[in-house]
Amino acid sequence: MPPDAQPANDAPLLAVRDLRTHVFTRRGVVKAVNGVSFQLRAGETLGLVGESGSGKTMTCLSILRLLPRGARIVSGEIWLQGTNLVAASEATVERVRGKQIGMVLQNALAALDPVFTIGTQVGEPLVMHQHMSWRAALRRVVELLRMVKVIAPELRVHSYPHELSGGMRQRVSSAAAIGCAPALLIADEPTTALDVTTQRQYLDLLMELQQATGMAIMFVTHDISLVGNTCDQLAVFYGGMLVEYGPRQQVLSQPSHPYTAALLQSIPQLGEPRDRLPSIAGEPPDLGRLPPGCPFHLRCDAALDVCRIGEPPPVFTLAQGRQVRCWLREQDHDRSAAGSL
Amino acid sequence: MARSASPAPELVLPQPVPAPRTGLVAWGRSVLRGAPVFSLCFLTLAVACAICAPLLAPYDPIQTNRAQTLLPPALGTHLLGTDHLGRDILSRLIYGARISVTVGFLAVFVSGTVGTLIAVVSGVVRGWADTVLMRLTDAFLALPFLMVAVLVVSLLGPSLANVVLVIGLLRWMTYARTIRSEVLRLTEMDFVRLARAAGARRRRIIVQHILPNIVNTLLVLGTLEVGSAVITEASLSFLGLGVPRPLPSWGTMLAESQTYVFTAWWLPVFPGIAITLLVMASNLTGDWLRDRLDPTRRQL
Repeated sequence: MPPDAQPANDAPLLAVRDLRTHVFTRRGVVKAVNGVSFQLRAGETLGLVGESGSGKTMTCLSILRLLPRGARIVSGEIWLQGTNLVAASEATVERVRGKQIGMVLQNALAALDPVFTIGTQVGEPLVMHQHMSWRAALRRVVELLRMVKVIAPELRVHSYPHELSGGMRQRVSSAAAIGCAPALLIADEPTTALDVTTQRQYLDLLMELQQATGMAIMFVTHDISLVGNTCDQLAVFYGGMLVEYGPRQQVLSQPSHPYTAALLQSIPQLGEPRDRLPSIAGEPPDLGRLPPGCPFHLRCDAALDVCRIGEPPPVFTLAQGRQVRCWLREQDHDRSAAGSL
Repeated sequence: MARSASPAPELVLPQPVPAPRTGLVAWGRSVLRGAPVFSLCFLTLAVACAICAPLLAPYDPIQTNRAQTLLPPALGTHLLGTDHLGRDILSRLIYGARISVTVGFLAVFVSGTVGTLIAVVSGVVRGWADTVLMRLTDAFLALPFLMVAVLVVSLLGPSLANVVLVIGLLRWMTYARTIRSEVLRLTEMDFVRLARAAGARRRRIIVQHILPNIVNTLLVLGTLEVGSAVITEASLSFLGLGVPRPLPSWGTMLAESQTYVFTAWWLPVFPGIAITLLVMASNLTGDWLRDRLDPTRRQL
């Protein structure tokens, strides 16, 4: 369905439709992203949750069209502000990167080039995309650093990355990412390298930046407890598929996919004495050799016969725009709402 | 003492360090901080000799004098003695700097450029280009250096340019190998991925991120190689395939002295010392430059 089919004011900023990204290796095809659909409105936050290798990062890289060697978008559409990035030319995508999409990665030390000052690095995209003069760019960098709450930004513009602490570096790389006021910020596990208190502060900062700029955020994490009260929508990945998608509160309070339920079970709760934290038995699937049927059926307590054979379960649309790929929810499928995405 | 009266401690922001005295002297001082003084002096001296040899040399370096052969070093006349043809050793050393310094630095420049080019292409483009270039590097590594050098120089004829080219074009493999691995590491770094995510193209990434980050490796390798280029030139000269005689190079002087090692020690010793000092000075200067250029080491 083309994006103009929706009312203009309600049009999503980003709409991903049935995205399939496969990695072609000598040992066969790895279905890293296997039919993922979701959408994101301006100012919203989407949390992408899942284990390592579940397809979260590959989904993000597909949006940026920065796939590693051997990986290719096989089918699907990625609509960003009226442009289908899957079909767009390389030149178009180059303009989109950095300008419309900003990115923050996990390791903030590696994210900054060690031989240049903070000012040079944060300022470079401004000079490159917005054709600012270096003098103006550096002034803007000081403002940006102030926005991300770097202390004494006038001094820090002249610092080198190794002179900053981990939390500070992550703020600086966020400043670089939001420099050109992107409509979408992709944050790929930005808090993994930070300690717990810094994580909290950084999340608060992201939310503040979102308030100030109105950008949408895709927040990738393997820690479901981290996104518990920051996201608007939650997308749970498993085996290259979006197994559950919906408003955060509904997903957290009434998970409709057994995997989401198991994930939530395995979060330690304060003040709740337990002998042993429940864990999900078995291992995440090898994306190169997915089992027939639902990728989760080997670890699922509630697996039916239908889960073990044939194709993975289709997307069932539930009330409130929730989506789930699980046969157990077939009876809740809302046909009238289906196909809206 | 006034603890009770003092207000709540305020957040102390680091104050800007007052800018030090500006001016040429202060600037020079900050640039040269920690510099290996002796090495820099020697390099300057060697370069000065190379440029102003006619002004500095007390005698004609190729003028033979049958009456004054093998004179030992003496104050007043021939400071470093004379060789078997009665030529002044000091003057020959000063003129020899022209060839040794030129060959040393030019050969490194040629091999460094070729090696870096191959390394960057192979590390950034990868795929078949990488395979082809690295097998080529292996092939060159397998060549017996002196044999090929002798063959090429004897085909092309001995001249300064040929010696530089032969050394430069047969010694780039170290650069290619080392720098390629560095480039591979860098292209996997997040800042390169983020630069791509920010819309930077391949050429921009190479210029902006790859090259500045390999400068250090290049410097260390290059300054080590200056020494080996000087020595290689010496070996070629020793075989009579260096810069044609009677133009003196330090290597030629060393080569010519072999018959007199036991009778006239000053013949091999002074050019030997000059070569050693040049190699050492270039290494130490390289070390210092690397520290100066690397922001993480600069303040140490």
